[in-house]
Amino acid sequence: MEIPYTVKPRPDTGLYNAKLGIWLFLASEVMLFGGLFSAYILLRVGADLWPHGMLSIPIGTFNTFVLIASSVTVVMSWASLKLGKLASFKLYMTLTIACAFGFLGVKSYEYYVKFTHYDVWFKDDATAQKYFTAAYGEKGEADVRKHFVERFHLHNTKATYDPHEIQLAGHIQGNPLFASHKTLAKAKTEKIMFEPDPKFGSHDHPKAIEIPVSDVKRLSAYVPAHSTYFAIYFTITALHGLHVLGGALVLGYFLVTADKWWKKAPEQFANRIEVGGLFWHFVDLVWIFLFPIIYLL
Amino acid sequence: MSLKAFHIVFIIASVLLSFGVGSLELSRYQETRVAMDLWFGVGGCAAGVGLIAYGVYFLKKLKNISYL
Repeated sequence: MEIPYTVKPRPDTGLYNAKLGIWLFLASEVMLFGGLFSAYILLRVGADLWPHGMLSIPIGTFNTFVLIASSVTVVMSWASLKLGKLASFKLYMTLTIACAFGFLGVKSYEYYVKFTHYDVWFKDDATAQKYFTAAYGEKGEADVRKHFVERFHLHNTKATYDPHEIQLAGHIQGNPLFASHKTLAKAKTEKIMFEPDPKFGSHDHPKAIEIPVSDVKRLSAYVPAHSTYFAIYFTITALHGLHVLGGALVLGYFLVTADKWWKKAPEQFANRIEVGGLFWHFVDLVWIFLFPIIYLL
Repeated sequence: MSLKAFHIVFIIASVLLSFGVGSLELSRYQETRVAMDLWFGVGGCAAGVGLIAYGVYFLKKLKNISYL
């Protein structure tokens, strides 16, 4: 049995069936991402503290250009089919898939950096002050407070924070993934060697300091459990990343079966590429909104 | 809406983003005087101009393909 309206437009809709189908699907995707964007905005405006500058703008910008480039190549691959150039189609589609995996590779690196970066809160004010001094010298507490003010944009607030409410950021020696005060206690780890981040505005790393786990109130990597900020950040970007992966796999399937389809049904094949390209553009458009909201604002 | 029309929408959004990033970074540069902000500001605006040029090229190249 032949599937109807894979090439010619259906008279009542004016579109071939796959195009109508993909737009209905994209409408549901708008609702999915729209809900998450709304959640992000509501969480942000309702938060007492919301961090800034936690993500690398150069890396995010690079990934934005990779996705814009992939949109150009995917539309060129479709245009190549319309012009009857199968070899050009293959070249542009290969570039599109390469961009997709390039994006995912960079995103994975960003995730790895977050999963090995830690914040530590101490059990009381005196303990916190002791480690701030050990990390940054006599004016250690002032340096940590400066970091805190910059991270949360607290320049114009009169709210005060005790030392034990202020986190010390850095890395645990050996760069373990996903460690927390709970996992350290479970593993009966008595102490960690902590490498604090450089002072605000400096690139010089202070010496590592030894911290007994008994002095730690909370220790968390930059994982979803760290804070509302990272929870919504990982939720939205991971969902977006899954869409990129899914799109790349579908486009990859179109690429490896191109010869067969081109011989059997060239017009239907061009329509399939158009539908794949529409999904790909939607995924890229989500990132165009995501990048400024998460990285820049 | 065809891929051609959606691509034009996407390029318009990308142009707006590029100029937005460019102006944001240039205004940051006025406060911070950090060279990186200046490069990002100029780069963002240049990318916006480049995308407009690409959009015009794209419209000319695909003028025979429908918007539906």
